[in-house]
Amino acid sequence: MAQIKSVSDFLRMYVDGFKNMTWGRPLWVIIAIKLFIMFAILKVFFFPNFLNQQAASESEKSEYVANELTRPSQQH
Amino acid sequence: MEIDLSLVDWSRAQFALTAIFHWLFVPLTLGLGVIMSIMETIYHRTGDLKWKRTAKFWMKIFGINFAIGVASGIILEFEFGTNWSNYSFFVGDIFGAPLAIEGIFAFFMEATFIAVMFFGWDRVSKRFHLASTWLVTIGATLSALWILVANAWMQYPVGMAFNPDTVRNEMVDFWAVALSPVAINKFFHAVLSGWTLGAAVTLGISSWFLLKKRERVFAIDSIKVASVVGIAGIVLSMITGDGSAHQVALTQPMKLAAMEGLYEGEEGAGLVAVGVLNPQKEYGNDEDPFLFDIKLPKMLSFFATRSLNGYVPGINNLIEGGYPLPDGSEALSTEEKMQRGKAANFALMDYRAAKKENNTAAMTEAKERLDENFSHFGYSYFTDHAETIPNVPMVFYSFRVMVILGGYFLALFILVGILSWKKRFADIKWLQWVVLLSIPLAYICSEAGWIVAEVGRQPWAIQDILPVQAAVSKIETSSVAVTFFIFLALFIVLLIAELSIMFKQIAAGPEPVVNTKK
Repeated sequence: MAQIKSVSDFLRMYVDGFKNMTWGRPLWVIIAIKLFIMFAILKVFFFPNFLNQQAASESEKSEYVANELTRPSQQH
Repeated sequence: MEIDLSLVDWSRAQFALTAIFHWLFVPLTLGLGVIMSIMETIYHRTGDLKWKRTAKFWMKIFGINFAIGVASGIILEFEFGTNWSNYSFFVGDIFGAPLAIEGIFAFFMEATFIAVMFFGWDRVSKRFHLASTWLVTIGATLSALWILVANAWMQYPVGMAFNPDTVRNEMVDFWAVALSPVAINKFFHAVLSGWTLGAAVTLGISSWFLLKKRERVFAIDSIKVASVVGIAGIVLSMITGDGSAHQVALTQPMKLAAMEGLYEGEEGAGLVAVGVLNPQKEYGNDEDPFLFDIKLPKMLSFFATRSLNGYVPGINNLIEGGYPLPDGSEALSTEEKMQRGKAANFALMDYRAAKKENNTAAMTEAKERLDENFSHFGYSYFTDHAETIPNVPMVFYSFRVMVILGGYFLALFILVGILSWKKRFADIKWLQWVVLLSIPLAYICSEAGWIVAEVGRQPWAIQDILPVQAAVSKIETSSVAVTFFIFLALFIVLLIAELSIMFKQIAAGPEPVVNTKK
C-alpha cells in the first residue's frame, strides 16, 4: 500500500479507509442516525434555547435572568 | 421562588440520565486508549506481529465504544440551554471556555488521529502510527480535562467575579479555574478510574477467550498489560481519591458529612467502614443515624484534616455553625448564611433598580453590599435549613459501593497480575469467571463515584452561589418528562446497538494470524 507523501495521499487514506470499511460501516450508520436525531429532531423540536425565546438581546436576557434570580427579594 | 419542585426533579433526573449514559463510554475510552497504546508500543519496540494483532483488536473495541458514545455529551449542552437557562446565563464564559477548548481538542485531535489509527496501518511509518494512537488517547484525556475543570468549578467556584450589569460571572483568573486543587484532583481521579474500568473490561473479555479455549496467547498477553494498567489505575485512583476527599472536607463539608452519615461533629472522628443508616433519621430528630456501623477510629479526621484528632463537623454543626474553622475563624450558621444570601439578593435587585434610574451613588452602595455578601448568594433561595442537606442515604451508600469495589479491584488486579506473570491464570477457570463477571462491577463503581460527587453537591448547581431551584428554566414540567422518556428510549436503543456490535466483534476475535515476525 502506498505510503503517504502528500496531502492527496492523506485524503486518499480517508477515502480508501471508508470504502474498505467492514465492521465500522454499521457504526457510521448509527453515528449518522444518532446525529440526525440529536440535531434535526431533539435540538429543533425539544431543546430550543430557552432564553432566546424570552429575550432578543443580551441586555434583555440579563434583565430576564436578573428578574428570575431576584424573585426571593421581590416576594419579600 | 415560584418553581414547581417536580420541574427541578425532572430536570435533574434528565440530566442525571444523560450524564450516566455518557459516562458509560468515557471511562472505557480513557482506559482502553492507554491499554491499546501500550500494546502498540510493545509492537513498535519488538516488531512482533502478535502485538500488532492484539493492539488492533482492542482498537476495534475502542472504536465501537467511541462511535456509540461520541456526541452523547452534547445532549448535556442542549439541556443546559433549555432546562438550565438561568444557570447557563449566570455562569457566563467560565463554563463556556473550558467546553469550547474541549470541543476543539475533541474535534481536531481525536478526529484527525483516530483516522490515522484505523486507516493508516501500512500508509504511515510505524513511528507515526504509534504517535497517532497515543495522540488519540492523549486527546481523549485532554477532552476529559476540560469537562472536569468545568465540573470542578461548579463544586468550587474560583477565579471569577460576578458582574451585576450583565448578571453573569466573568472569569478573572483562568489558571485559578484550570488549576484549582479540586479540578486537579477530580481530573486525575476520574481519568485514573477510567484506566481501572478499561483494565477490568480488557481482563473480562480476555478471560472469556480463555473460557472458550480460544486465542490463548492473545488473551494472556492482553491480561498481562491490562493487569499492570489496572493496578496502576486503581492505586493512583485511591491516592487521588484521598486528595479529592480532602478537598471535599475543605470546600464542601456538607457533602463529606453526607458521605459519612455524620450528624454530630467530633475530634478524632472515625470513618464508617461498614454501616446501615437508620431510615428514621432526619435532621432535627434524636434518632441514632445508624442501625449498625463499624468505624475505623480517627480515620475520618485524618482524611479530612490530615490530623488524627482534627475536628470534622457533622450536618447539625454545619447548620448551627459556631465551630472553629481551619483558618481560626468561626463557622457561620446556615441561618446567618441565609441572611447574607438575602442581603446579596436584595443588593442585586437594588443595583438593577438604581441603574434604571441612573443613580450612581445607589448603584455603588448596592454593589458594595452585593460584593460583601455574594459568596452566600445561593442561600437566599432557601426557607428551611434542611434544604441545604443532600440525599444522605444515596451519597453514603454510593461512597461505600465505590470504595469497597475499588478495594475489590485492587485485590483482583494484583491476583490476576501475579497469576498471569506466573503463567497460571490461564488454567484457573473459576477466577476467569470471576473476572468476566466483574465487568459490570467496574461500571457500578465508576458511576457510584459520580453519584457521590453530584448528588453530594446538591442542592447546589454552583456551590453556595446558585441552588438547582434557581438554576432551572421556567418551562413545562411535562415537556421535561416527555424528553426524559425519549432519551431513555434512545439510550436503551443505542446501548443495545453498541452491545450487539461489540459482542459480535468480540466473538469474531482478533484478525487471523498471517506470520509471526516483521
